[in-house]
Amino acid sequence: MKAGSNLERVLEAGHFAVTAECGPPRGADPDKVLQKADLVKGNVDACNVTDNQTSVVRMSSVAGCMLVKESGTEPLLQMVVRDRNRIALQSDLLGASALGVRNLLCLSGDHQKFGDDPQAKNVFDIDSIQLIHLVKTMRDEGVFPSGDKLEGAPKFYIGCAINPFADPFEIRVPRFKLKIDAGADFVQTQCIYNMDKFKRFMDEARKDGLHEKTKILAGVTPLKSAGMAKFMNRMVAGIEIPEEFIKRIADEPKEKQAAKGIEMCIEQIQEIKEMEGIAGVHVMAIEWEEKLNEIIGGAGLLPRPMVEQ
Amino acid sequence: MITGTPKPIEEILEMLEPYNNIVVAGCFGCVTVCRVGGDKEVQVLSSTLRLAREAAGKKIEIREVCLERQCDPEYLEPMRPYIEDYQAVLSIACGAGIQFMAEKFGKTPLLPGINTGFLGVTERQGEWTERCQGCGDCVLHLTGGICPVTRCAKSIFHGPCGGSVEGTCEVDKEVKCGWQMIIDRLVSLDQMENYGKLKPYKGWDASRDGGPRRIIREDMV
Repeated sequence: MKAGSNLERVLEAGHFAVTAECGPPRGADPDKVLQKADLVKGNVDACNVTDNQTSVVRMSSVAGCMLVKESGTEPLLQMVVRDRNRIALQSDLLGASALGVRNLLCLSGDHQKFGDDPQAKNVFDIDSIQLIHLVKTMRDEGVFPSGDKLEGAPKFYIGCAINPFADPFEIRVPRFKLKIDAGADFVQTQCIYNMDKFKRFMDEARKDGLHEKTKILAGVTPLKSAGMAKFMNRMVAGIEIPEEFIKRIADEPKEKQAAKGIEMCIEQIQEIKEMEGIAGVHVMAIEWEEKLNEIIGGAGLLPRPMVEQ
Repeated sequence: MITGTPKPIEEILEMLEPYNNIVVAGCFGCVTVCRVGGDKEVQVLSSTLRLAREAAGKKIEIREVCLERQCDPEYLEPMRPYIEDYQAVLSIACGAGIQFMAEKFGKTPLLPGINTGFLGVTERQGEWTERCQGCGDCVLHLTGGICPVTRCAKSIFHGPCGGSVEGTCEVDKEVKCGWQMIIDRLVSLDQMENYGKLKPYKGWDASRDGGPRRIIREDMV
């Protein structure tokens, strides 16, 4: 075991893993996190806590992780390199590990232009792939990147994100490979709607044996309405929802679109489960955590397995 | 070249409020090439200021000069005999030139007439784009001659990020994705092997982060 997290144990035991995410609130109210954590509990093996996603200021992801942990779910710390230089990254990693966080997702972070402080200075001292390398160095070699010995190495199951739909498509697998070379133990993908394109991506990844070098968790996001689908297509870079996918929801009357979205999400998970090289699913039910139980249960993934330490 | 943009005239007039006798100083270097701080711009700006101050009932005397370069000491010296006859200098050179003049003429307030931009190139008449951040550790030989520090909005070394869409950057549809350009170049140069290697963390100490920088060429000093 590299970090001994629940997520690592579940994956290493060969179970199909389930993760979800909790976005911390735009304020200091801990109850907002605890309420979401309550909806997540029992449905997942670990729960991502996002790090100022879309550059909108929120409660810190380390604090969010602690609240999720307190409420009985294993947290997965998201960390972006947009806001911290290597000094702050190392320091926060040590702190999070000391507090018992065992899963980490290394990200670039959305450009600050999209948030509420577009005039902020960005950092990008190292990039997300170098962050993977940095954490792995600390964990496995017990030293800082500077070479100094650590008084206790941080223990993280190291993850990264990939977007199989960003351009250029041909570079997606080589870039994924770079993340594995840097030390990624697992990967969570951007939400998938275009299954054909994702299958092509997986064909390429399997050719290089990448599915054997890392655990791939496929990302899904249930759609609440046809409007949400169109909005995401238009506004979110790297999201690609095929017209026929949207049409299936749009054909429903408005009040039945959400139920259709959930039904389609469950179908997707079932299809993903059968794909060779997929080790789990990452369900991003954005501000819709109350549906996690229905989606994950509907896909036949409950109860979650208990794997002994 | 170093590029720049004129400051709004209202901002300049506000800076000049306490003065009625100034020098407007241009530079025949980069700012002449990018048409923001040469002798022509000195003339136009001076005329505009005179007219505006006259209209406001607060006439201003302006001496117009344009120096060969404001960033070299020998070209600043000719100003020394008369500089103290004036209350201030409004310089439309780059920030380096303005500061150098301020250092040389300790008793004269220096006012910036332009906002200094970036190290860039002329795309076409009236359009300039950035190419270099002077980070002090060039990697262009590995990236197909396209700079990841400057051309990528996140300055990442293993791009493109998930925000690259059809060759453009998520930050602005008018901005090309630097990493798409790098990859296209590496493919056409048959150098894609450079892409697949992990690159070491960049030493930003060679950049501005190491503090104000200095170059000493022992063979020249």
